[in-house]
Amino acid sequence: MPPIRYSRVVGKSKSYFMFLFSLCALALSGLVAAHFMDTNGHHVTGMTNRVVWGLPHVFAIFLIVGASGCLNIASIGTVFGRQDYKPLGRLSALVSIALLIGGLCVLVLDLGRPDRLIIAMTHFNFKSIFAWNILLYVGFLLIVVVYLWFMMEPRMKIYSRKVGVFAFVWRFILTTGTGSIFGFLVARKSYDTAILAPLFIVLSLVIGSAIFILAHSAIMRFGERPLRVPLISKICKLLALFLCLLFYMTLVQHLSFSYATERHGVEKFILAEGGIYTFLFWGVQILIGTLLPLIVFLVPYFNRLSFLLMGCCMVLLGGFAQLYVIIIGGQAYPLEIFPGYIVEDGFFSHSIAAYVPTIPELFLGVGGIALVVILVMMVIRILPFVEESSSSSVH
Amino acid sequence: MMNDNSIDHYRRRFLKNAGVTAASAVGGVQLINFANAKSDDQAVADSVRWGMLVDTSKCATDCTACVDSCNEEHGLELFDRPESDVQWIRKVELQNKSTGHQVSLPMLCQHCENPPCVDVCPTGASFKRDDGVVLVNKHTCIGCRYCVMACPYLARSFVHENLENQRSWSPRGKGTVESCNFCVHRVDKGEQPACVVGCQSDGHKALLFGDLNDPDSEISNRANTISSRELRADLSLNTAVRYEGL
Repeated sequence: MPPIRYSRVVGKSKSYFMFLFSLCALALSGLVAAHFMDTNGHHVTGMTNRVVWGLPHVFAIFLIVGASGCLNIASIGTVFGRQDYKPLGRLSALVSIALLIGGLCVLVLDLGRPDRLIIAMTHFNFKSIFAWNILLYVGFLLIVVVYLWFMMEPRMKIYSRKVGVFAFVWRFILTTGTGSIFGFLVARKSYDTAILAPLFIVLSLVIGSAIFILAHSAIMRFGERPLRVPLISKICKLLALFLCLLFYMTLVQHLSFSYATERHGVEKFILAEGGIYTFLFWGVQILIGTLLPLIVFLVPYFNRLSFLLMGCCMVLLGGFAQLYVIIIGGQAYPLEIFPGYIVEDGFFSHSIAAYVPTIPELFLGVGGIALVVILVMMVIRILPFVEESSSSSVH
Repeated sequence: MMNDNSIDHYRRRFLKNAGVTAASAVGGVQLINFANAKSDDQAVADSVRWGMLVDTSKCATDCTACVDSCNEEHGLELFDRPESDVQWIRKVELQNKSTGHQVSLPMLCQHCENPPCVDVCPTGASFKRDDGVVLVNKHTCIGCRYCVMACPYLARSFVHENLENQRSWSPRGKGTVESCNFCVHRVDKGEQPACVVGCQSDGHKALLFGDLNDPDSEISNRANTISSRELRADLSLNTAVRYEGL
């Protein structure tokens, strides 16, 4: 097999710089939003003491689990030795790093005290799954940087499989950790289930694959390089498999919740009476995010690039909706402190909590996405990350 | 016959004796407080476990004395935004769905022996003192709010607003999490928490505070003789706050 040639993607057109400028403006608006929230206090957001994690957390976790899943493309090439995936390894690792940085920026900027990041990096309570996540995220960044280096440096290439296997295992642990942030919340009926850990792993594969397909296709298109549509189609088939797995996990989660009488309330809330959460679950997560993409990816009639890319967009919408339902819907449902009693207090602690995200929260989240795209665009402009031609010799 | 001078003499002696007795009583009470109090450089001992027993039969529906006392003691300012306003203690009205029986009670940090908020805190800012009081280190809290998610009692508040008029004995911080601290600044001086004093001043005496580890304390004696329960006992947190009549 001839060596794969990579080169930089240097945009020169007016539209390229306009796009870059718009992204910088969005990223800057995210920073301004964070500063606004920091200066005025979080009462300017839709978050309360009932819904303490809001839209920024949905964006952050979406990007973080996407980072873990996006690296799967590189893993398939190096760990499982699939030659046709190998040219995609570098970009997969780069997008993965960018997604993690973007997600962590959103997460940190939404902290009550973002200025105390150094405390989060130096004071660890090892019983906290959150503390473990901090270590897992930082470790993931370092490992993927080394992984990239080994993939790009000819002398180190022989070791790339070993570090690839390590990264593969690490990201499974990382996403287990992210899912466990919710799974370990024993007091809340909407969480407190071990299935959230594997569910987050599969969700990461779903979101990460879809992001990679879109990123790769966009770069090849705007970099004026031929795109291997059969390979995209193949990754979409894999994505369909991940979607089926995610659907299965979601099904098992809700079946087990529906079985336990104590969880009937929260199940009824999410599946039938939850308003926006019920709509997001059935309409966006299940219909737009699961069933329609499955049809697009598996029915031969839709096996065209435009349909496949549309399918990936729908998958991302569904993944985002699923995280919204899990994170915010789970908090909106009240804690049951006094079973068997009608409860009234000035805190409305036993009614469904209202949450309407505000503009600063939206800008913070979108700013994180803009940062991801900027990082990718800048790095592929400086370093050779993208295969020069999708040579027909690579199958 | 007793003349005016002898009446004055007796009156003076009576007032003098009464004064000495009152002064001795106050001094004695103060001495007991001093004996219970610890000096600032003295470490908190695990031989003590502070706890509270709430007698719901004495807790009046329309009374918010405990909440008002707490807000005043710690300078908690409210902004008429109930879901984001800080609350260290709140009044809860309950009605049994089957029997219709109504109960009123205060909800506060339950100072669990195994506090979930301490378990989940990434930096260790949420911690439990040796005497069982659960606190937040305002210097290392990063405002991640994971503890608010983990608390089974909704007893923790994130400070959503800029703070003014802070009390020197109860420092707070915007962007950090806080909750009832059993008024450690008072308890360490041998005094009672503000909510307990407030409840007593209003004449209800629904809150009994003391050392659960001391078998001779009033709270231990009462807990031994009267049926009481902890909230969410299914979580096995062994709370320091217990409720009678629930």
